[in-house]
Amino acid sequence: MIDFISTLASHAPEWLTRLWPALGQTLLLTSCSFLLALGLAAPLEFGRACRWSPVPQLVTIYIDVVRSIPILAILYLIYFGLPGIGISFSAFVSGVIGLGVVYSTYVAEVLRAGVQSLHKGQKEASLAVGMTPFSTFRWIILPQAVRVVVPPLLLTLISLLKDTSICALITVNELMLTSKLIMSEFFLPLHIFVLVGMIYFAIAWPMSLFVRWLEPQLNRGRRTGSTPIQQVLH
Amino acid sequence: MIPIDHILEFARPLAEAAAITIFVSVGAFGLALALGLSLAVLRDFHPVAIIRWLVQVYVEIFRNIPSLTHLFLLFFGLAYVGVRLSSIAASILGLGLIGAASLSEVFRASFESIHHGQRESSLAVGLTPSQAFRTIILPQAWRVALPPIGNYAVQLIKDTSLVAAIAAPEIMFTARNLVVNTFETTLVYTLAALLYLAICLPLSRVIRHLEVKSATPR
Amino acid sequence: MNILGVAAQLISKRTVLLPSNTLLTVTDLHKSFGTLQVLKGISFSVKRGEKVVIIGPSGSGKSTCLRAINYLEAPSSGVIDLSGIRIGERQTSSGDWKRMSDAELAPQRAQIGMVFQLFYLWPHLTVRDNVALQPQKVAGMNKQDAYRLADEMLAKVHLSDKADEYPERLSGGQQQRVAIARALAQQPKLLLFDEPTSALDPELVGEVLGVIHELADEGRSMILVTHEIKFAREVADRIIFMDGGVIIEEGSPRSLLDKPRNPRLKQFLRQINSSGTSS
Repeated sequence: MIDFISTLASHAPEWLTRLWPALGQTLLLTSCSFLLALGLAAPLEFGRACRWSPVPQLVTIYIDVVRSIPILAILYLIYFGLPGIGISFSAFVSGVIGLGVVYSTYVAEVLRAGVQSLHKGQKEASLAVGMTPFSTFRWIILPQAVRVVVPPLLLTLISLLKDTSICALITVNELMLTSKLIMSEFFLPLHIFVLVGMIYFAIAWPMSLFVRWLEPQLNRGRRTGSTPIQQVLH
Repeated sequence: MIPIDHILEFARPLAEAAAITIFVSVGAFGLALALGLSLAVLRDFHPVAIIRWLVQVYVEIFRNIPSLTHLFLLFFGLAYVGVRLSSIAASILGLGLIGAASLSEVFRASFESIHHGQRESSLAVGLTPSQAFRTIILPQAWRVALPPIGNYAVQLIKDTSLVAAIAAPEIMFTARNLVVNTFETTLVYTLAALLYLAICLPLSRVIRHLEVKSATPR
Repeated sequence: MNILGVAAQLISKRTVLLPSNTLLTVTDLHKSFGTLQVLKGISFSVKRGEKVVIIGPSGSGKSTCLRAINYLEAPSSGVIDLSGIRIGERQTSSGDWKRMSDAELAPQRAQIGMVFQLFYLWPHLTVRDNVALQPQKVAGMNKQDAYRLADEMLAKVHLSDKADEYPERLSGGQQQRVAIARALAQQPKLLLFDEPTSALDPELVGEVLGVIHELADEGRSMILVTHEIKFAREVADRIIFMDGGVIIEEGSPRSLLDKPRNPRLKQFLRQINSSGTSS
């Protein structure tokens, strides 16, 4: 055990200098995918709310299909499969597209739950008081919707951070790929992967603690709790 | 101009790979279910605080670190200390341990969802806490936990794709080998994706149907 | 048997030789939830076969007092004694009293039957299984004997025809009667009723009170917390009026309800009479 710690400590500085840019890639990958997911989620939601009948059904089928295929399979399709029909993306971009498309379905779900949780009465009451629909949205609906939606979105972000590791398998130079290379050079798998695990943990865990702290703050004055749902989404 | 003969050529290896995928999924599911329930019970009911804390640490470690890291740690790390696991065994073990962390939280939420009055009336009647748990709480908690467990099952099947990275002969690993040999990237990876679709889409539809059915009208 | 003798025994041993018809003794019961003091020194006793009704305004601590008897709420201090045995505490080798765990409390709780305001029937079991569970799992009866006992108890509460139904299909009044049957199946020494009709629709209250009346006529020992003052008058041997965590007045129904002495009791009765039952 002491052995393990001393070996790890002696190699850590060298490994960390190599892992540092990889961490940058991981974080960049996470943020770009998340932005794409947010961007794609909105049209999905509008599609679902659309009154022209086939559209909501198509959206539902689309979401079901995307959710039934592993992220790795989608990444392989984009990075290795698409070139076969002439479309070529870099590994990083393939990763962003793949993760973004898949996570847009999760974000859409969160947004939908958020909007639904607001009582119709809120909207009616503010219209009755004389506010315009726009004002109602801006000052009554939106702030409350944001409150409901932020914690699950943060949990989704944490999940996305973890899933960036899958991009290692399509040669993106993020943390897992870099650590695997280090492993094959130094033959110290236990040490390097523990180190990498600690790096992920150091980012994800504080975020999850923050979410746990945030929830009661945001829910002050509201009656419903929602913890079991969070668990399922995460 | 779909190359039918190529598809037929791939059918056999992909079908075998699908069998491995199912096999690993079932094994990991069983492990995750048993271990997850035990962890939840320990975390919520064990008198010794250190044990409850250890379970919490376990869950946090598995939920804040990617599955791929755990799989590598298990497969390569164990090999390093001299334990040589087959890739399939490591896959089942790794995915099972990861799943146990998720399921323990699902079970804990299900315990919490049972009204406290159920426990009170069980104790009032003279049942010991463990009897109360086994005959009153758990039978009711199961029903609440079933939908998230169903969702976990589908997610698990998708997660087996990761064990391609530790050379388990499941769908993605086999697909990669086929591509290396035949260069039919588009076709093979599309087939692989469709294969997962064929397994997961009906499964999640069934689960959703059961979920709706089991919501008892009061 | 003098006071000193009894006191000496109480302090040194668990078992005390009491005059044989005292069933329950509650001594100096205190209970606080954090800084909120709910019970501030409650003492009373119940004889075998006696029916004691506790009345009082909301927040007076009546329910907490009842729940302390089977240690569902552990008192902050005070002693509960059932047939000479101390409830909820056991004596360590050094002579101190230590609070029992729920597992250790189980056999003691089995001797006390409790009926809750919200019934708390077990929804995944049939009515018969609800009643037969305790005899099987706690009293160790085999399935046939337990079912026979359950059917007997269900007959007592006039619900024999519902034995194979699930609780959710029963009305509130029926569910509460099943809860009573469940408590009876314990063959308990003492029955505790915690506002058994407060959660029922008015037209269902009568059927439950009817059953409790029958049990009272059988000579069962019981403590009943209720808002049904008229019922209390019919059934009680003794009424205890609680307010603010203490016993204000205690006595026979006639003396307490017809000739109340304490001003708070007078006010309470006035409020009830103006609204039919107390709220």
